Amino acid sequence: MVTAFGQKRDLLLYLIVHLCAIFPLAWLIWDFSTDNLTANPIQAATLRTGKAAIVLLVLTLAVTPFYTVFGFKPILTIRRTLGLYTFLYVSIHFLIFTGLDYGFDVTLLKEAIFEKRYALVGFAAALILLPLAITSTRGWMKRLGRKWKQLHRLIYLAGLLAVIHYIWLVKGDIRQPLLFGLVVILLLLARVPAIRRRLSGLRRRIITRTPNLAS
Amino acid sequence: MVKINPSEITPEDVYINRRQFMKLGVLALGASILAGCAPGSVEETSVLPNAETTAPPAQETGQTDELGDPLTSFEDVTQYNNYYEFTTNKELVASLSENFVTNPWTVEVGGLVNKPKTFGIEDILKKYPREERIYRLRCVEAWSMVIPWLGFPLSMLLDEVGPTSDAKYVRFQTLLDPEQMPGQRDNWFEWPYIEGLRLDEAMHDLTILSTGLYGKELLPQNGAPLRLIVPWKYGFKSIKSIVRIDLVNEMPASLWMEAGPNEYGFYANVNPEVNHPRWSQASERRIGETSRRKTLMYNGYEEEVAQLYSGMDLKANY
Repeated sequence: MVTAFGQKRDLLLYLIVHLCAIFPLAWLIWDFSTDNLTANPIQAATLRTGKAAIVLLVLTLAVTPFYTVFGFKPILTIRRTLGLYTFLYVSIHFLIFTGLDYGFDVTLLKEAIFEKRYALVGFAAALILLPLAITSTRGWMKRLGRKWKQLHRLIYLAGLLAVIHYIWLVKGDIRQPLLFGLVVILLLLARVPAIRRRLSGLRRRIITRTPNLAS
Repeated sequence: MVKINPSEITPEDVYINRRQFMKLGVLALGASILAGCAPGSVEETSVLPNAETTAPPAQETGQTDELGDPLTSFEDVTQYNNYYEFTTNKELVASLSENFVTNPWTVEVGGLVNKPKTFGIEDILKKYPREERIYRLRCVEAWSMVIPWLGFPLSMLLDEVGPTSDAKYVRFQTLLDPEQMPGQRDNWFEWPYIEGLRLDEAMHDLTILSTGLYGKELLPQNGAPLRLIVPWKYGFKSIKSIVRIDLVNEMPASLWMEAGPNEYGFYANVNPEVNHPRWSQASERRIGETSRRKTLMYNGYEEEVAQLYSGMDLKANY
């Protein structure tokens, strides 16, 4: 049931998601144009777009489990938005690395991407996200039917590869990338049917106790 | 102000001009800040009264290294620092180390030596005449700088204590003081920072102990009051804020060797042919430049140091 309150709430949610997702890019451009991007601006830009991409990827993965636990249906409408923003940041990240950093130098890039394992897994994750971004439209959803869901489960693989990419590129302290890995694994577990049923059972019990959440 | 459209890459000349402009501004600011703190302890320990005037900023003199590459700006050298004892964030080291106490400071030199000695930092500054050495600094993270250090050959200090015939290596240790160095409160790494050199590497004329840069006293973020510089090795070998130097007969294990034995070896010579196991060392970014440069063997000091490693398998002794 679409109420005026529901419409306003959805609009607010929509606004928050877009503003938050654009913020890291806007901030990056601001810092770049005011020469505040460290003494090593290209590396800083690579790291910052990479961080934004992995955060957005984890948030995309969190949408469905969030719905399973809290039953907040409007959240499902932002999943595609978050996924597409993830792809936007991955693309910028990739372009900064290949274009700005390596100046599209094929020899250097060949070595960097295919001989260095962190770059290889990062590249693989980006390649996986490409067909998912292309087939994210309603038209493709209809066309692919059941296969669409199977295809889009690949985002978990992309998530795991992104975490490995992150672990392999840090210099000593891998605690933060490990934390991202733990979150991705927990979110993946929340999709396992048996666990998922338990989580939604939990939700139903909460809802019967507090009926005003059931709308 | 130059406007940046997100869809376009700024042309290199525009980009560099802007950086130059910013740098001049910050240099002026930096100079006034430094002037403001001159009456403090820094001046008392200075043995080069005219040091401030001997090395004006690079932009004005066009100073270069022996390969003709310009100095990295004072701003970048003092605002972009790897110093995990303070933080892993290179941009925050300068502010976190602002109040680091570098005087009084003592350096114990001992181990396998004939005359072990504890030096006060003021003794070191008085005793050893400083000279300017313009060196390339190549970080293992594949960025580099050109820095005009002030210092003296480590061999002068080692000659004074007289290594015994058993001494094969030199082991260096950074101050352990979690009160002053917040990064040391985190136990992920095994503090204190340890580094080591083979005795012949330590005695090499290129190896210096530095107490200053750009004609000024060393700032805490650059390893004040006393740090090692070994220009043909990756930057992490050039240990900062040294409190102990020991002559030993076994190869010392450095902090980075303990943290990642497969990734960080004892030698850590700059070598474009031997990649870090996880990333390439073939090229690097000179700070302040937009395109990458090819990394030079032994960081461009091949002629001077290659004979130290003749006959060694450089892939095995990374």
